[in-house]
Order: sequence, then C-alpha cells, then structure tokens
Amino acid sequence: MPQVAVQDLSKTYRVAERRRGLMGAARGLLSRTHRHIEALKGVSFSLDRGELVGMIGPNGAGKSTLIKILCGILEPSSGHCEIDGCVPWNERIRHVARIGVVFGQRTQLWWDLPVIDSFELLRDIYRVPEMRFRPAAEALISLLRIEPLLHQPVRQLSLGQRMRCDIAAAMLHSPSILFLDEPTIGLDANSKLALRDFIKSLNRDKGVTVILATHDMQDIEALAERVLIMGHGRILRDGPIAAMRAETSGERRLVVDFSKDIGEIALEGATILSRTGRRIEFAFDPRVTAAHTLISRLTADHGIEDLSIGEPTIEELIATFYTSHGAVEA
Amino acid sequence: MFDTLVRPYLAIFAARFLTLLQYRAAAFAGIVTQFWFGAIMVMALSAFYADGRGSPSISLAEAITYIWLGQAFLGLLPWNVDPEIALMMRTGNVAYERLRPVDTYFYWFARALAWRAAVTLLRSIPILIVTSAVFAFVGLGAWSLRPPSSSESLALFVLSMTAVVHLSAAMTTLLNISVVWTISGQGINVITNSLVLILSGMVIPLPLFPEWAQPVLFVQPLAGLVDIPYRIYFANLSGREALGGIALQICWTMVFIVLGHLLMAHTMRRIQIQGG
Amino acid sequence: MGAVRLYGRYAAASIKAQMQYPASFVLLSLGQFLSTVVEFIGVWALFSRFQSLGNWTLAQVALFYGTVNIAFALADMISRGFDVFGPQFVRTGDFDRLLLRPRATALQLLGYELRLTRLGRFLQGVLVLAIAVGLLDLSWGAREVALLLSAIAGGVALFVGLVVLQATLAFWTVESLEVANTLTYGGVTAAQYPIEIYSKWLREFFTFVVPLSCVAYFPIVGILGIDDPLGASRWFLWVSPLFGFVFLGISLMTWRVGERHYTSTGN
Repeated sequence: MPQVAVQDLSKTYRVAERRRGLMGAARGLLSRTHRHIEALKGVSFSLDRGELVGMIGPNGAGKSTLIKILCGILEPSSGHCEIDGCVPWNERIRHVARIGVVFGQRTQLWWDLPVIDSFELLRDIYRVPEMRFRPAAEALISLLRIEPLLHQPVRQLSLGQRMRCDIAAAMLHSPSILFLDEPTIGLDANSKLALRDFIKSLNRDKGVTVILATHDMQDIEALAERVLIMGHGRILRDGPIAAMRAETSGERRLVVDFSKDIGEIALEGATILSRTGRRIEFAFDPRVTAAHTLISRLTADHGIEDLSIGEPTIEELIATFYTSHGAVEA
Repeated sequence: MFDTLVRPYLAIFAARFLTLLQYRAAAFAGIVTQFWFGAIMVMALSAFYADGRGSPSISLAEAITYIWLGQAFLGLLPWNVDPEIALMMRTGNVAYERLRPVDTYFYWFARALAWRAAVTLLRSIPILIVTSAVFAFVGLGAWSLRPPSSSESLALFVLSMTAVVHLSAAMTTLLNISVVWTISGQGINVITNSLVLILSGMVIPLPLFPEWAQPVLFVQPLAGLVDIPYRIYFANLSGREALGGIALQICWTMVFIVLGHLLMAHTMRRIQIQGG
Repeated sequence: MGAVRLYGRYAAASIKAQMQYPASFVLLSLGQFLSTVVEFIGVWALFSRFQSLGNWTLAQVALFYGTVNIAFALADMISRGFDVFGPQFVRTGDFDRLLLRPRATALQLLGYELRLTRLGRFLQGVLVLAIAVGLLDLSWGAREVALLLSAIAGGVALFVGLVVLQATLAFWTVESLEVANTLTYGGVTAAQYPIEIYSKWLREFFTFVVPLSCVAYFPIVGILGIDDPLGASRWFLWVSPLFGFVFLGISLMTWRVGERHYTSTGN
C-alpha cells in the first residue's frame, strides 16, 4: 500500500487578463477576459513509505503546483490523490498535522523571537504532548547542530543557520512526510553539503519520506535515487537515476584544448557540443568510435595542448532529456 | 541669479509634485473616509446647535463650511514625516544630501512644499466640488460648503491659504529634521499630531472653544493652519483683522524657518559625526 | 491545546517581541493616548459651550463615548493580523504557511500580533468611563455591570467582524481596501454620540446593517434606566449586544468562503 498515491492530477488556472492603461482598467472593471494556464496535465505516480524522491523541472513545469496540491493547500481541477489514507485538500487540518514543509528562502519561524520560542509555539500549534516533544526536539537539535542558535532571534541568523532551524521546525511534530521546496537555494557550498547530509540521515535513519523539489542537480545527485522529471505540467520521466545513467552511458565527452585557433572543424564520429576560444567539447559514442581513433584523427591535423575524457554530468543528462521533449521553454 | 537662487529648488519641487500626483488610488480611499468623518461631525454639530443655546460666535452654516474646508485641505496639515526622508535616515543616505550644491534646509523646504501641495491638490478638488455644488444640488444644502462671503474675502482667503502652505512646509521640515534626533527612528509627529489636530481647529472649530481660551488659541502658530484662513473665508475675520491674521501666519512661518535652519546646521554636523 | 490556550501563547510571544523595542512602544502608546484624549477635549468643549446635546448631558455622552472606545481599543489590539492581511499574507503568499498548520486560519491571524500600543486608546476610554460613572448618579447593580460588560464584549465582536470582512476582500482584490476604515474608525466616531441625534437613514444603517447601535446605544440607554427616545422595548435593550456576535459570526462565515476561493483558484 503506497503512502502517496497520485492519479491523473490536473490543474488549470484561470487568470484574468490585465488590460493596459487607464481605459483598459476601466473596461476591465466591466468585463474580464481570462487566460487558461494548464499547470498540471494528468500527473500520476506513487511513493512508498521511506522513499526519497527528487522532483526537477524548469520554472513553469508544474512543480510548485504539484507540491501545493500534495500539501493540501490547493485544489486540483481533476484527478485523485491520497496520502496516508486522506485526501489532502478535503481534510486540510488532519492532513497538514502529519506533514512537514520547508520552503527555501521563506522561514516559518517568528522573526523577533528566539528560535526555541518558535519551536515551543509550534509545539502548541501542532498539539504535541510535552513527553513526545522533548526527545524529538533534542534529537533534531543535535542532528542539525543548532544548539548554539536556540536563544538567538531568527532575524540574526544567516541563511544557512535559518535553513537548519526551519528543517528542525518542520520535523518537531514527527511527521512521516517531509516536503522540501528548493532548500539549498542561496546557500554556500559548505552549508549545502551539510544540509544534504541532514536530509539523508532523516530519511535513512528515521524513515521519513522525503519529496525534494529543486533546481540544483547536485542536490539530486547526492540525495535522490529516484527522480521525477517534470516539464510542461507532465511527468516526463519517473525512475531511478542509475537507470537513466545506464541508458545514456553510451555517451562520452572529449574536451580538447587546441594550441592554435581553429576555424571550422568536423570530426568524424563525434559531434561538437560547445566551443570557447581554443577549447572544444565533443560528444561521441565509444561503442561506435573508439576514443583513441578520435584522438589520432585530431592530432593528425591539429596541434593539441591538452585533452580529457569524461562522462556526461547529470545536468547534461537532464538537459538532453528536456531538449528531446521540447520542454525547456515553459 | 535665477540659476542659483531658484532653479534647483524649483526642480526638486516639480519632481516631487509630479511623483505624488500618481498616488491616485490611495487618494480615493482617503477621500471617502474624509466624507464620512466630515458628515459625522456636521451631524453632531447640527444636533448641538439645534437647541439654540450657547450663543456661539459662528453660525451653524459657518461651522459646517469650516469643517468641509478642513477636510478638503487636510493634506496641508504638518501631519507626518516625509517617507522619503525617513527612508534616507534609516539607510544612512542622508549624508548625500550634503553633496548637493544647495542650502540643505531650503532644499528640504522645497520638498515639503511640493509634498503638501500635491497631496492636497488630489484630495481637495473632489471634496470641494461635492460638498458645495453637489450637496446643494441633491437637496443637502443645509449641510453644504457655503460660498465665500464676498470677493474681498475670497481674495484674502487665497492669500491666507498661500501662507498656510508655507507655514505647513516650515513645520513639516522641522518635523523631518527631528527624525534624526528620535531614538526609535520615528519623528516626534506621533506626539505632535494630537496637538496639531486640536490647536488648529480640526477637532472642533476654534471659535467653539470656551471664550476664555479664545485669545490664546488665536495667537498660537497652529491657528494659522486652519482657523485663520477659514474665518477669513466667511468674513468672521475681515478687513484689518484678516490682514492681521495673515500677518500672524507669516510671522510664525518665519519663526519656524529660522528655527529649522538653525536645527538643520546642528543636525547635519551630528550626522557627520555619527557617520551618517 | 485548545484554541483559547493557544491564543494565550500567541499573545505572550507577541508581547515578548514588542518589548524588544520599548522606546517605540512608549512613544506610540503615548501618541495614541494623546490623540484620543484630544478628541474628548473637543466633546467637552462643545458641551461647555452648548450645555447639552439635544436631551443628552455630558455625563451621559461620556458613558457612550467611553464604552465605545474601550470596545474598539480591545478589538484594535487583537485584529492586526486581519488588518495587514492583504499585503502581508495574500500578496506575499505567506497565507500558504497558515494553511499548512493544523489550525483554523482565523485563529492564527488573531494570534499574529497583540498590538499593545492600543492601550493608549483603552486607557483614555477607561478614564472617560470613570468620569461618566462619577458624574452620573446611577445605581450600579449586578445587572447594570453585566450589561456594560456585554456591551463592551459585543462591541469587540462587532469591530473584529468589520476588520475580518475587510480582510476577506483581500482574497479577491489582494489589497486591503482602506475604504473599510471608514466603518471601523468612522463607526467609533459615530457611536461616541448617542445615535438618536442622527437622521433616520444613518440610525437604520447602524442598526440593521452594521449593528453598532446594538453594542453602544441600546445597552447604554438600558444602563441609564431611561425610556428610549427611539422607542425600543426594555427587553431589547438588554439583549441587543448579542447582535455584535451575530455580526462576527456572519463575518467569519464569509471568511471561510474567501478561504475556499483561495485554495481552489490558487491565487
């Protein structure tokens, strides 16, 4: 029995057209024309308890709409969804009591109060009995290493510190599902690494189901085994990253630094991905053309300073995915 | 001569004025509120006058005119600190004011003048039109704004209102400068607003206060914001008395300008010491 | 934890946050006190000149004045969340966070801030009420006190209801329409005087549309023990504050309609 079951979810927004100028505003008072934006078109998937899934997609792909519906704060236009036995938007209070949500950049903590005060207020809002609250809070505080921050007002914290406190805050009532919307945005490299570790241990050690919506490919790479690629309001791909890799692992990269400026160049067996100055990046399939064949073809005609061979990055994997589905412009 | 004495101040005046004229939506909401408050005051006053006791020095019609004029020109009161300046203080950009090759006090004075004038222009015209012509037209003549007593009163009224704008700008500039000195970053206007309201005649027309208070109420500076011009309008003050009233307004304006200028010098020094 | 206890926690948290800026608090409270006192000085001056307002004396009007100001001050203190609802919650999308908590959103908004500076108006109201009680020669039995308290309670409910209605508009227009301030602040100014002095259409508006007279005029007339010049029956005078609560109930129902609109259209 999956914990999260989503079937054919669709959402169309009706947006009133804004008229321009004073006359337009006046006419707008009398009659409104509407645009219809299909944000979600028949999304279906299911999650088991304890899974950690990443959700990626460009702006306008429908990620936020889907998350809002799963959280129960938005009603879909059609479709079915059940999380832990309840329909989110129909039973809001019962549903939100069992989930935790973190929005990157937007804190849910009270700005002028010390962090611990926010935590206690949340305890009261979520009706967590003191006996359960104490150990849960202590565990989170030590896991996220926010002990020294507890008595500082939230407004004095850095973005990274605030994020950790926000994750703790979202987990205080021991929800079984955690939604994260761009949690690492704006953080420096160290904070990102630390945050990913926390999320991983929440999932692995405490069995919390995690749904992570993000732009950051490295988040996905570090955390998710399963990824949902969204574009144009649909799920374009739902599956383990390893499988995606395996499919495209045929491809390799060859980065060459030439010793002189090169004009037009065509290399048999390879396609040019990019060129900057004297550096050109080629893509080739090693099963068709061996690497050493390409290199000897190149060195026959040109002087080479440096070269390297590698695998495509996750970004590239996903980018090719999008271009092949025409999903980049939303 | 024009370039040094007038041009920069004219420029800031025009710029500020035009910006403020864009705040139409807020003006509309404010106007509706003002109609409401004015109407309640008019109704209450009518009830007070109805019994015929008390021998007030102004008639009900005059009191009603006073109230509507007050609502129409509400924007001229030295109400609050210019938000642009408050922002400057908070961000520390106020130090840049000293970089401009103008007298800082008069620069701010021109700014205040523009601000008060623009806000008033937006609100006064609809209120004046509705409470005078429209009211009379729909049969609410008893509650309407009456026309001025004579062309002489009208002329003196216009003169007096010009003085009001300058007096208000001088007071406003003083308030703006005071923002530097208050701890919390708000001006002292939080306190002065109450004084302005009651001593100008906005709560109730000054002539309706007890007789023993009249002489004091007349000479204090705030009377020049509301009381003096409106009494000139319906000839409660006429001829020499009217001119005397205008002279009082001008005197107080000078006093506030001198005070403001002195305080500005002192304040700018303080800002430089604090590092802006 | 029940709603009342949770509100207590919210209030404590809000007070703690405000106490971090004591200078600002003192300045604003003082300013509030002065601006409301100044209004009463106006009323006093008018009575000093005219001796009476129709059939009403200063002492009687002070009773109306004090009661209404106390009720409004209390309502003003707790309703800031609704006051800033449009710009602070709808436009920013922060309302989503309220929906993500397992509590009624109206309760959370009530707990948003307990505006202590409104104590300025509250204090002024209490003083004026004290003056009224001192000047009037009334017998204050349990019934009169109960009626006064229920008038104040009904008044608080009414004013909160008005702000809730104003906030509900934001679900559709995003801005908090300031025009609604005419009803709250304008209502206080109007109800400071016994509504008997106003013309018929205003009296009817304040009885049947926004039942201001039911939380001010009628109960006070009941306390004064006089026959109502408008002819309302005795029992009505005692029951009228309930209409303040009815009004609040209706406002909260429209609030829920607005909330439903928000979640189905997704702002």
